[in-house]
This record gives sequence, C-alpha cells and structure tokens, in this order.
Amino acid sequence: MTKRSPVLATLVAVAVIGCATTPSGEDTAAKAAAMLKSSFKANGQAGLDRLDQDETERVCSALANRAPPKDVAERIEKLNLATIKYPADAKYLGDWKNGEKIGQEGRGKQFSDDPAGPVGANCYACHQLAPQELSYGTIGPSLYQFGKLRGYGPDIQRYAYAKIYNPDAFAACSNMPRFGHNGILSEQQIKDVTALLMDPASPINK
Amino acid sequence: MSRRRLAAGLLAICGALVAPLLLAQSSAVDEIAKYRAALQEGNPAELWEVRGEDIWKQKRGPKQVSLEQCDLGLGPGVVTGAYARLPRYFSDADRVMDLESRILWCMTRLQGISDADARKQLFGNGNDRKSDMEAMVAYVTSESRGTPMNVSINDPHEAEMYRLGEKMFYFRGGTHDFGCVTCHGESGKRIRLQDLPNLTTKDGAQKAYTTWPAYRVSQGEVRSFQWRLYDCFRQQRFPELVYGSDASIALTMFLARNANGAAFDAPAIKR
Repeated sequence: MTKRSPVLATLVAVAVIGCATTPSGEDTAAKAAAMLKSSFKANGQAGLDRLDQDETERVCSALANRAPPKDVAERIEKLNLATIKYPADAKYLGDWKNGEKIGQEGRGKQFSDDPAGPVGANCYACHQLAPQELSYGTIGPSLYQFGKLRGYGPDIQRYAYAKIYNPDAFAACSNMPRFGHNGILSEQQIKDVTALLMDPASPINK
Repeated sequence: MSRRRLAAGLLAICGALVAPLLLAQSSAVDEIAKYRAALQEGNPAELWEVRGEDIWKQKRGPKQVSLEQCDLGLGPGVVTGAYARLPRYFSDADRVMDLESRILWCMTRLQGISDADARKQLFGNGNDRKSDMEAMVAYVTSESRGTPMNVSINDPHEAEMYRLGEKMFYFRGGTHDFGCVTCHGESGKRIRLQDLPNLTTKDGAQKAYTTWPAYRVSQGEVRSFQWRLYDCFRQQRFPELVYGSDASIALTMFLARNANGAAFDAPAIKR
C-alpha cells in the first residue's frame, strides 16, 4: 500500500546486483515465465491460469523492488482506475460488524481452502484497524481512526470503497490485493469493509 | 491454517496474556520473544536427524543399497558440509539440483525406487504418517551445521538458475497479486505478529536461509526448504509448487547464494 522510497529501492537493487551477475532482462523474464508453468500444478480452485499476469502484474514484477517511475505509475493507475465498478445505488457503507469479520478472515482462494467456504480480506494480516485487535501486521499503514481523521463524507466513502476495490488505481504496484477487480470480495463485502473504515460507530473510529 | 489462529495459539502458550484490551503491543511481542528463546532449549528435530541417518544407511529399494554412495556434490559418500554448497550443477543429471531433488535422484538411480514411490510421503502429516524425506533432510543438513554457506554460481547453469530465481522472487501473480517480494521486500515488517525476514538484504537472506529446515512446533514436523517454498506459494494463492521443480530449485539457488558467508545453523526450531 505504501510506495517504497527510491533510496531504499536503490540500496536493495545494489545489494541484489552485488551478489549476482546482472539479469539479462527480457530473455530471463521469458524463461522464468516458461519455467513457472512447468513447475506448478493445478490444485483445487488454484489453476495454472493464476500464473498468467495482466499488464499491472507484469510491469510491477519487472520493477522488482523499485518504485515505479512517475510515467509508469500514472499509466498503471489510470489503467486500474478504469476498472472500478462503483455500487449502482451509490451507497458505499455496509455493516461494519460484518466488515470486522471479513477483516479477520484469512481463508479464501488458497488451494487448501474449501471453494464453497468463506473468503476474507485478512486486513489485520497487514494493517492495524480496531485497537482491540493486537495481532496485526505492519506491511500496510495503520488504519486506526481512518474515518475520524479524514472525515465521514460521501467523497471519502467513495474513495475508501475504490481503494479496497483496486488499490493500484491510487498507488501503482501497491502490495495490497485488488479485492474487487480480481473478484476476491463481493460488492457487499467491500461495502462492509468500507463501513469498518468509515462508519462513525465502527471501533476503528472510536 | 490462519495466521490469526497460530498467533492466538502462541499467545495462549505464552500464558501470561489474559486481557488483550489491557495489553500493550510491545509486551505481546516481548512475550513471543521469550517463548522463542525458551524453544531453543531442546529441539525435537534431533529425533528426525537420528531417524534420517538410519534411513540413509539402510539397504532399500529393488537394488537393496543404501544412500551412502549418493553424491551430494562433494563426492560419493560425503555428507559433511555438502548442504552448505547446494544447490549446484550435477553433470551426471545435467541439472542444477537442491538437496531434495538430489535425494530423489539418488533414490531412483541408486536404489531403483520409482519416482512415484519416492514421492509418496514428501511431507509428514503432523501425526502418524512421518516422512522419510524430511528425516533424511534433517540428517543431511545437520551435517552442515556450523559450515559457512558457500554456494557457487560459477557454472553457467548455476548462474542462469540464480537469475531465474531472482525473477521468480519478484514475480507477482494469482488472485492477490502476491509475490515473494510482497512480504519479504522490506525490513522490520510483520504479518499479524509474525516477523518477516527481508530476503532482499544479505543479512535477511542469511538469517532466514541458514535456519531451514526447522522443527515447526505448530505442526509437529521437521519442515524442509522445499516445504517452506510450497507453503509460501499456497498462501500466495498460487497453484501447487511441484516438489523439486526447476522453479523451486531456482528460488532456492537465489536465496542460498545470497546467504553465502553465514554459518549454516539448522535444523532449527520455529513456532
């Protein structure tokens, strides 16, 4: 979710290149793609098509650990912004209590998961949200008081919904999954998680 | 298995943590550090090492020979220090191999065991069905404890595997756009309460690679590096990583080579 600093990216690039010969670009990428296909097998709901990259994944993978240059970032963000489907009823907030459950749920889409079972967003894996939950990760920023800090108005609601739907629309090559665009969460689930962030009654905003 | 449940179980084991609302984040992390320190007192992986050595030296398969003549790269019969130099290119197989793909190769070539039979129980089930492979891996790797990692990319096959492994590391895909780099590309990050090594730094790669295989307390099994990769990709929402596949060896090559210079220190013990 956070964009990486250019300084860190440069250091990392130097560290990586320092222990290897420089990758020979596209040839290696093509070989790597072919190797991937022969090294995985379909299992349950996880088919080999999951190895097919879209434009965003391809561009972000090629950048390795570097932040995208400005023009690339703008292109990726534009591409992803166009994918966002907003609710037809223009209501962005569902039930924050369901949102909390979705935020806690780590199952879904793994080959070991029941395809008919729950699919969560596992927000707490990477973010601090409700202060009661101490077991939270730090890959993404803290979202505690998300609405309280930004205001509860319809524009922010719409932004929060869109950010969950497709974070790459706002931060190219984000670490965060594109929950709506990639069909991980339903519209109602995204509304519920949006409510967790934006409902004044949500524990996040207390 | 959800990380939350693991983390919750860990908190329960730590004991002193009663009222989450009153508990500061830092003290939860401190308690986990204490728990990890306590784990180092005794490592059940030793049981796997002993069983693995026994299996290694047993006459098995249609040809009724042991694996004592298996060449792990330092010559037939040399186990000590071999793991610290793997993966490497083997001219007899014309392939870069990690330890586990090499053991499979020796089982089929030396012992005459079919590839399907050799793959029957690659991972133990945490209960009654133990894996001979995990035991042998525990034995062979224990014979490199204290040896500095020294993985070569001098051979062109090895250099290419390293480059492919690097590409793999940054490859993002699946329903969640995850790659290895998503969780292992920045320092000081964690998932839930689990600290994540930054595998793009020398220090991070060294600390992580030299502590696998490991006895996983949460699973009651010694898990190998192949298992580590298999389970990372499962959580990445990728399809199933084929055991001993080129992608698994390439990634292992990338990480093992980046760990060069650090003393190998496994089988370890992890929560």
